[in-house]
Amino acid sequence: MSYLFLQHYWCFIVALLAALLVFLMFVQGANSLIFSIGKTADERRLIVNATGRKWEFTFTTLVTFGGAFFASYPLFYSTSFGGAYWLWMLILFSFVLQAVSYEFQNKLGNLLGTRTFQCLLVLNGILGPLLLGGAVATFFNGSNFIVERGDMVVSRWANASHGLDALLNVWNLALGLAVFFLARILGCLYLHNRIDDKLLHGHDQIIQPLWTNTWLFLGLFLAFLAHILTCDGYAYDPETGVIFMEPYKYLHNLLTMWPLLVMLLIGVVFVLHGIFWSMFHKEWKRGFWVAGFGTVVTVLVLLLLTAWNNTAYYPSTADLQSSLTMQNSSSSEFTLRTMFYVSLLVPFVLAYIVYAWRALDRKPITQEEISESSHAY
Amino acid sequence: MTLLSIDPAAIDWARAQFALTAIYHWLFVPLTLGLGIIMSIMETKYYRTGSPFWRSTAQYWQRLFGINFAMGVATGIILEFEFGTNWSNYSYLVGDIFGAPLAIEGIVAFFMESTFVAVMFFGWEKVSKGFHLASTWLTTLGATISAWWILVANSWMQHPVGQQFNPDTMRNEMTSFLDVALSPVAVDKFIHTVLSAWVLGAVFVVGVSSWYLLRKRHMEFATKSLRVGAVFGLISSALIMLSGHHSAYTVAQTQPMKLAAMEALYKGGTDQPLTLIAGINPFQQPDYEAADEPPLKLAVPYALSFLATNDVNGYVPGIRDILDGYTKPDGTVEPSLDEKIERGQRAITTLAEYRKAKAEGADDSIINCQLSIINSNIQYFGYGYVKDRAQVVPYIPVCFYAFRIMVGGGCLFVLLFLIALWKPALLRGRWMGVAAIFCIPISYIVSEAGWLVAEFGRQPWTIQDMLPTWVGVSQVGSSAVMVTFLLFLILFTALLAVEISIMLRAIKKGPNT
Repeated sequence: MSYLFLQHYWCFIVALLAALLVFLMFVQGANSLIFSIGKTADERRLIVNATGRKWEFTFTTLVTFGGAFFASYPLFYSTSFGGAYWLWMLILFSFVLQAVSYEFQNKLGNLLGTRTFQCLLVLNGILGPLLLGGAVATFFNGSNFIVERGDMVVSRWANASHGLDALLNVWNLALGLAVFFLARILGCLYLHNRIDDKLLHGHDQIIQPLWTNTWLFLGLFLAFLAHILTCDGYAYDPETGVIFMEPYKYLHNLLTMWPLLVMLLIGVVFVLHGIFWSMFHKEWKRGFWVAGFGTVVTVLVLLLLTAWNNTAYYPSTADLQSSLTMQNSSSSEFTLRTMFYVSLLVPFVLAYIVYAWRALDRKPITQEEISESSHAY
Repeated sequence: MTLLSIDPAAIDWARAQFALTAIYHWLFVPLTLGLGIIMSIMETKYYRTGSPFWRSTAQYWQRLFGINFAMGVATGIILEFEFGTNWSNYSYLVGDIFGAPLAIEGIVAFFMESTFVAVMFFGWEKVSKGFHLASTWLTTLGATISAWWILVANSWMQHPVGQQFNPDTMRNEMTSFLDVALSPVAVDKFIHTVLSAWVLGAVFVVGVSSWYLLRKRHMEFATKSLRVGAVFGLISSALIMLSGHHSAYTVAQTQPMKLAAMEALYKGGTDQPLTLIAGINPFQQPDYEAADEPPLKLAVPYALSFLATNDVNGYVPGIRDILDGYTKPDGTVEPSLDEKIERGQRAITTLAEYRKAKAEGADDSIINCQLSIINSNIQYFGYGYVKDRAQVVPYIPVCFYAFRIMVGGGCLFVLLFLIALWKPALLRGRWMGVAAIFCIPISYIVSEAGWLVAEFGRQPWTIQDMLPTWVGVSQVGSSAVMVTFLLFLILFTALLAVEISIMLRAIKKGPNT
């Protein structure tokens, strides 16, 4: 295993974790719809209990994504987290709210009331996907930072907004909103898959929101895709490390790495199939898994486009040569190799997650099941 | 490097924010670790006996575990990301080493914990008894493994090993994963910390059970829970005494300034007594430069020497010895602070010259000479940023009193467990029962005191001898950090109030027996 291979490998692992995170944000998506799908307190409780059995996976994936990025690309960690301070703090703040909202909301002694915590879940459901999507878009559109290499390597943001300026970029906002609407779509499909409730299904409350969110998602996503395939991208010379602008860089990446193009097409087809088949065949409940698989593949491809094929994955709009590439920001070969051996545990981890998930999801969630359960939210 | 542009107030706010998050996080983690074992023991009893009593007992403690668990998770995520948001220079300088334990923690521990905690909570009616029991133990194991890796990371900051500085990348890089993962400091810290969490969990169970005994409710549940808690607590306490002694020995070898601050030992020597109590003003750094020892000192002869060196006549350096330099018993000389500063500055200056020479394609002999200077002085790199003696002395009153609260509290809990085991009837009496309940908040104070000893004693170093806090901080303005500090303070405090309220109601409601 060469150093270059390990850098590509860890880029893949981090991108995969990010793709899984986007998929798992179906929890946030469903939570953002608590009040629009759940017309009564019982219906809202059904939704909360459905997502409440999975929120830990989203949370853990976010934490592992952070840890893996830190271990493999520490300069990104120090530059982005230390620079885009407000953006990351808002994301974290919203996830803190989520973590406690499930456990506390229906407990005796809850001083703030059930509705408060449900509102906090909605807040996390909106802010989480929107801000994370916006943060991901900066991998294409650049961020306003400078890396200085004096007697220490110091990263700093080039303006006082500390990351909030990312949301002023229309394309960052477009991807942020696209991820938000995608999360809501996946949330609907998850609820459709898990909840067996005559009222919710009978009145089409779960499927109905799919329509609006799908058109909004498709419009924003396709616009963003068209933008990145036609814009100039951030390339670098692997020999000298010099970073330069290359016209149609991401389109070139897609054509050069054609398997990624095939994967992108497969991913998009799966997402569309999962959504539209669910809309027109209401008894079919596998749309969540089909669209979820498509989401993981699509996001994975998009993220790999920003880093592989000599591309600067975290470009700087303030100083082009400060842009981060896989080569100038990765950990040492020793650390990447050590972590490679640790990553061999991932299939084992995935296996027990699948096993436990299936064990808990054998029966659909119903009002009766919740009332009989020894632990419910 | 543009260290001069760092707002000094931002350093204080960054430290305050990290301390706030860590203190809050550490309010919830010990109960997760300690109660996790106890509820697993109780469910094992149910698995073996099939008794509905043990099922509802296990479910009751799991309910309290769940209320506490969520807050631990919520505060934990902030901690991980604060390394980047508030300590970005640190993150780059040592990310090559420090990031690995955090990533492994996520992959190995967090997923185990989050997967099986869902089975534990929601699987009672859905999976077999055996699978459920395994899930409960795996939840506890996941939390404990998580503690292992985060303490490996923390221990590396206390005693950096398995790494070397790379002047080309200008960062410290890992050279031995095993040295990092199995460093003696990490092993000591893990054992001592987890045992302390087990003691806290035991005190919690004994205290809650005592409340039921006092109220004469759920008597069988309370009596049996009390017994399990007391036995577990007593075993943990016995082990923690051993680990405490070993931890003190390790601190003496690796962080003598921390030990000197804990003991308020201004001038060291052989045959050192262990201070029981002394009259130190809690709000003012004592004059360690002028005084030989704190006023009103009451001490146990030879005990500090034994604790620090395993020899009642052993040599223990005081604060002034460390600042002025001293000769160790094995004949090696520990340089004075002035010499360390001078060598640190030499490392920094030569590193700049080395980088310039490399960029200009200078002769190999020049570069090799510079490398040699860097390598021979790099261990004092962090001292190059120190300006005066006071900067490297931790705040003594906090270290001194926190250490005594930790040890004193530990002794109090041994007494509690002994009473709960051998004279449980005493806990049904009003005063003893109330005292047992009161031990719950005391155990939290004691637990936090332990954390204060470990972290205040390390100041001013983010990484011992390598990176002072004012160099590791992010280039974020103080106002931004102040706002997030206040936001998290309000949020965590509000959520803590809700959690305590829910916990009290759950206790008041009692188990379904």
